[in-house]
Amino acid sequence: MTRFLIPIILFGLLVIVFSVGLNLDPSFVPSPLIGKPVPQFSLARLNDPDRFLSDADLRGQVSLLNVWATWCVGCRQEHETLNQIAELGDVPIYGLNWKDDVEQASVWLTQLGNPYVATGVDADGKVAIDWGVYGAPETFLVDAEGIILYRHISPLSMEIWQTEFVPRINKARGNSG
Amino acid sequence: MKSRLSALFAGLLLPTLLVFGLAADEPLADPAQQALYERLANEVRCLVCQNQTIADSNAPLAADLRREIRQKVLDGQSESEIKVFLTDRYGDFVLYRPRFGGPSLLLWLAPAVLLLFGIVVLWKIIRRRSTLPVSSEAEDAIVDSD
Repeated sequence: MTRFLIPIILFGLLVIVFSVGLNLDPSFVPSPLIGKPVPQFSLARLNDPDRFLSDADLRGQVSLLNVWATWCVGCRQEHETLNQIAELGDVPIYGLNWKDDVEQASVWLTQLGNPYVATGVDADGKVAIDWGVYGAPETFLVDAEGIILYRHISPLSMEIWQTEFVPRINKARGNSG
Repeated sequence: MKSRLSALFAGLLLPTLLVFGLAADEPLADPAQQALYERLANEVRCLVCQNQTIADSNAPLAADLRREIRQKVLDGQSESEIKVFLTDRYGDFVLYRPRFGGPSLLLWLAPAVLLLFGIVVLWKIIRRRSTLPVSSEAEDAIVDSD
């Protein structure tokens, strides 16, 4: 009896391994920054280069940091969602303009609307490396203590906002009930 | 005919004249530093095009990471310091050769464990077969072969 049982069990285990493994997204890279404080940075603000956007701005309340660029197709796709989230007025959104043309970035915000409280200009991509960014759009959720709670890669949608962000935001504010 | 052939070969060779990634960068003055820089660039995964190293890749992020590594090499940082810088930001995945420890221990040890398991199973099967009572049929076969 066990002669037949062992191969069947092994086969079953392989089915489980493959059905889990093949459904994973191989291009997804988990961030080692989750649970860590935001990296230190200080960048000139888009449209207001005399002022700076720094990690200090991300402390004090739950906020989002959205990595975007005008060359990024997915960023255009998610921009309306960002506008909607900004309109809710619940969570401030900060922008990280990644390796972009400042003029074009400025035009982009005029044409599509500006959901950002402030946008830092990361022209050479140095700050993005500190955040472990590898493909825009990326959106980080940061709690009031400046700890990174979550990172979403790929364009946002209101569904993703509701399912992935809202519960985490509620939990971070301690009113998860 | 001959000129067409040589044109064909010239056409085939043309792409090799284009330099990509690391080869497009100017080498560092110190050969030891250049060697370290090349070794690191050949071991770091380009996260945009994940089956390329940053040495091979022309992606903007790969160029940025090469620039960061170059600067750190020039600043005199060690190989392990630079690797920690990268894994702190991008995780173990960024290194093509996973480090020995943590979750990647499974990756390193699984082949040895599976091989050992196979040897044990094989040994058990061989032992069982050699201690089985010889059936009359097999006995005949042995007699026949004599």
